[in-house]
Amino acid sequence: MAKKSSIARRERNNISGYFFAGPYAAIFLIFILIPVLLAAILSFTNFNAIEWPSFVGFLNYITLLTSDEVFMQHVLPNTVVYAVVVGIGGYILSFLLAWSLCNLTKPVRTVFALILYSPSMTAGVAMAVVWKVIFSGDQTGLLNSWLMSLGVITEPVIWLVSTKYLLAIVIIIGLWSSMGIGFLSMIAGILNADESLYEAAAIDGVSNRFQEMIYVTIPQMKPQMLFAAVMAVVGAFQNGMISSLLTGNPSPGYAAQLIVNHIEDYGFMRYEMGYAAAVSVVLLLIIQLFSKGANALLTEKD
Amino acid sequence: MVNRGRGVNPKQFERGQVKIIAIILPLVVFMALPLVFIINHAFKPMEELFAFPPTFFVHSPTLDNFVKLIKFSRTAGIPMSRYIFNSLIVTVLTILFSLLLTTGAAFAMSKIRFKGRDLMMQINQVAIMFVSTSVLIPRYLVICQLGIINTFWAHILPLLAYPVALFLVKQFVDQVPNSLIEAAYLDGSTDFGVYWKIIIPMIKPAIATASILIFQQVWTNMETSSYFINDDGLKTLTFYMNTLANANSSVAGQGMAAAASLIMFLPNLILFIICQNAIMNTMANSGIK
Repeated sequence: MAKKSSIARRERNNISGYFFAGPYAAIFLIFILIPVLLAAILSFTNFNAIEWPSFVGFLNYITLLTSDEVFMQHVLPNTVVYAVVVGIGGYILSFLLAWSLCNLTKPVRTVFALILYSPSMTAGVAMAVVWKVIFSGDQTGLLNSWLMSLGVITEPVIWLVSTKYLLAIVIIIGLWSSMGIGFLSMIAGILNADESLYEAAAIDGVSNRFQEMIYVTIPQMKPQMLFAAVMAVVGAFQNGMISSLLTGNPSPGYAAQLIVNHIEDYGFMRYEMGYAAAVSVVLLLIIQLFSKGANALLTEKD
Repeated sequence: MVNRGRGVNPKQFERGQVKIIAIILPLVVFMALPLVFIINHAFKPMEELFAFPPTFFVHSPTLDNFVKLIKFSRTAGIPMSRYIFNSLIVTVLTILFSLLLTTGAAFAMSKIRFKGRDLMMQINQVAIMFVSTSVLIPRYLVICQLGIINTFWAHILPLLAYPVALFLVKQFVDQVPNSLIEAAYLDGSTDFGVYWKIIIPMIKPAIATASILIFQQVWTNMETSSYFINDDGLKTLTFYMNTLANANSSVAGQGMAAAASLIMFLPNLILFIICQNAIMNTMANSGIK
């Protein structure tokens, strides 16, 4: 009887489910869910980390939208440009690269995938020193020295102080480290495509690799495409912190100030935590929006 | 002749592949450059670091920078071995605890029926897009309230729940046939027995993948050291490396910082190479449906 009941139990409510899922759920609650809710609550307060927060209604959001000139003139446009190029551009690039790699033999593919993936392992942070040497502002900087010997520039460019190039540099670094886990997911998705579908498509008149990619490969790997899209958006926003490491926070002339840097600036430098929380909520909403967009594009409607 | 379609994953080298390699090779080289540079830079002797025009490749490699790095940290009061020790302890404990939580939760989410399960999975699905930087402040407040600020727990606990890892492991547990589990229950196995003797052995690739993802989260994490720890002796290697990179804009410091970056990067690379088959195996089930 005891044996039978253990199977029957699995069909209904099972206490042991809480035993196995409980610890994860508890940590998730404490360090992810509660912080997100707290951010939402704090965003309606004025809080300096010393006194008890005082309720101010929508003031933080109103300030953010109407009188935070740095946010409107620098942070928001920078973030949009960065998210579009690194998030969407990086995503398309990683798909094209994944697809190209899948058309190569396994040894070549493995080596290339390893090279393309390894930048994302460093998460930018450990590599801050490389960028500092490469983009060093005097003529001993690697990039300056190369460009000067090629005759492209005559004077060394002060890359990391110049408001003209800073955002571009952060974007390049973002793209450089964007072939992450989503990229691996897409490789796996393409490789697992059903071979017979390619044969069927060939009979139906699909004649070149590009058509194969559009009509056979992509429809089959939509779930992986969606996972990669979400990872691309998250990775792009997470890696935005690199500009704080390269140039300090705020970056010169706010040229590479992204939302994550703005949060750090207000939260941990000015200790206006209520305001920083409002910016955090906006960031979470933006990420949500991007993911919704990806969802709408890639989910099958059947 | 019947056109059979080309498909993907060719078994042998064909001429068509040359075209593809020609197109992506410049990009692959570009991606590899910073890494190749850091490896070269780390082994450059002083005169090459100072060289003008600056050189990319090292000519006469030495271990000077590594020796200097270790000596330098001694003068700073806290030996580098302390940071390495901190990082190792934090990384190993986080991976172990996190795997325990994640595999347990994945088993429950996939194979046990209980109230609230679907809701929990949906919330986790949304949390995949969680950007930890965005809730740095409330997290800091929570950690203060728990009284774990300035302890090792502040490094470990916040990183234990990693929604992406749970998602991937759960997708993999879904592939374990139910009949196998039914049979185990018929043989009198307990839930824990099923978890330990069936689920864990069958999801090894997913476990390897989760470990490497968690490793990357912990190993390169700066947030916990910067914001949750005040005592320098409890901070991790990543933090130390970064201060080194920031404090030493001098050329001599560059060599040390490059050596330090290399030390940070190598464990990542080695782990990934070891686990790459398992990772690709897991990624095949990574789709969001």
